[in-house]
Amino acid sequence: MKKYVKDLTVAAVEFPHELYVLLKLTDFEPLPETKAGQFVEVRVDGSPKTFLRRPISINYVDREKNQLWLLIKKVGEGTHRLAELKVGDKVNLVFPLGNGFSPVQRQGEKVLLVGGGVGVAPLLDYGKYLRDNGAQPVFLLGARSKNDLLELDLFGQIAPVYVTTEDGSEGEKGFVTQHTLLNKEKFDRISVCGPKPMMVSVARYAKATDTPCEVSLENMMACGLGACLCCVEKTVKGNVCVCKEGPIFDINDLTWEI
Amino acid sequence: MADLTTNIAGVTMKNPVMTASGTFGYGLEYADFVNLEDIGGIIVKGTTLTPREGNDYPRMAETPSGMLNCVGLQNKGVDYFCKHIYPEIKDIKTNFIVNVSGSAPEDYAECAARIDELDGIPAIELNISCPNVKQGGMAFGVTPEGAATVVKAVRAAYHKPLIVKLSPNVTSITDIALAVQDAGADAVSLINTLFGMAIDIEKRKPLLSIATGGLSGACVKPVALRCVWQVAKAVSVPVIGIGGIMNAEDAIEFLLAGASAIEIGAANFIDPQTTVKVANGINEWLDKHGCRSVTEIVGQLEA
Repeated sequence: MKKYVKDLTVAAVEFPHELYVLLKLTDFEPLPETKAGQFVEVRVDGSPKTFLRRPISINYVDREKNQLWLLIKKVGEGTHRLAELKVGDKVNLVFPLGNGFSPVQRQGEKVLLVGGGVGVAPLLDYGKYLRDNGAQPVFLLGARSKNDLLELDLFGQIAPVYVTTEDGSEGEKGFVTQHTLLNKEKFDRISVCGPKPMMVSVARYAKATDTPCEVSLENMMACGLGACLCCVEKTVKGNVCVCKEGPIFDINDLTWEI
Repeated sequence: MADLTTNIAGVTMKNPVMTASGTFGYGLEYADFVNLEDIGGIIVKGTTLTPREGNDYPRMAETPSGMLNCVGLQNKGVDYFCKHIYPEIKDIKTNFIVNVSGSAPEDYAECAARIDELDGIPAIELNISCPNVKQGGMAFGVTPEGAATVVKAVRAAYHKPLIVKLSPNVTSITDIALAVQDAGADAVSLINTLFGMAIDIEKRKPLLSIATGGLSGACVKPVALRCVWQVAKAVSVPVIGIGGIMNAEDAIEFLLAGASAIEIGAANFIDPQTTVKVANGINEWLDKHGCRSVTEIVGQLEA
């Protein structure tokens, strides 16, 4: 898939909660082809603390409005600066990067999409892709508390949504792997994006139930193109670049203890 | 349109812009962003006689105006390069130069000998300055004797232009440059990364897996420029300037300081089109200043 470096224009800035920002970017020409689960590298100019680009997963691509969405958690200097962007500002992106989630394997397959915190972001695009292409996605979304649950209404428009929060402020109390849904239903496969401990426990569940499972990694990276070899993950094939061979990996290819 | 043609030890390049090893993969990774044939020379990822897995993750930490890395020469080995990478790049009309590394002089020599057989590779760059490997690498590059030993071994096995990449982590980079020149180097490139570290104060742990790493990016430019200026005055072979070059103005500073060509490194991560933008910017600057050729400004610093 061809990669581009482009200045996109901020079409909208929304704040789902104070810790998060949703940037909706657009261009004067149709946005390039992208796959769910791929990411962009965003340039953050103007501070010595933001020398490198920030890798951000693609939250959603709205082809009708020609918009690419980035759902960002304000963590450090770079993400805080991205949250200060205004409508009409230009943002420089290198994209689309990485391999993306697996395509539909067969019509009617039931795919469980598990997201944690801001890790829910790429699952919106993937859920829509799966639904539009004959699969049956189901979302299981976890967060610390109600305020960290993002885009629930949008997920709900695509497929059934099940929720856990650690403090019980919404949905079932606990972690995603404790949700009663997992005892009631069997899925053909699972895709996960979220904090590593969460992904590891979902991978354990998948292994125990003999369910194929892929996870989205977010190792620190520089180039995003497979050139610098900084973001490597240890796999059964040796050290490979998360930015190029990933960010989506089959759990059987990783060396996690599951 | 000024003449940007540059000659480094018999290797003719259409412009003085090259890529620094380890920042541009094998060039192919950047083919969506630039026409590779518009770049003077592409120095590919550090290659060793046998495959290397490199260091553990994390291998990178962002620092003010720069970054640290401790990749540790991860590569699939010279035979993989010859069999699988070379056929893909050999017909691209630019100078592909292989960066060669090793842990013993014999390894360097054997690796260089195998690349010598590839008609499409006009030169090698010898890496005696990697700070991220336990054996070899920078260990050779920090004494004139060590540097000369490796260069002599490679010189005997390799018959095309030999560029030697120098470490700034030394007392006198000029002494090392003179030693490798005497040992048979046809050109020197400098600087490799500066030896550094960064700490997570909450965890009280280093940010890199092996604690230390090599610093690169805009922050190293003043150090690199000083090294290039000192070395260019001392040696008779061409000097290739490397270190924190982000734009054409930076590149021109290096040319004035005495570099005949320059390498773009970390800037490739920030803007994948930096190489071509720098080449165009040098051309514009030369036109604006009434220079007909880039060679006119090399070493023309008034100091």
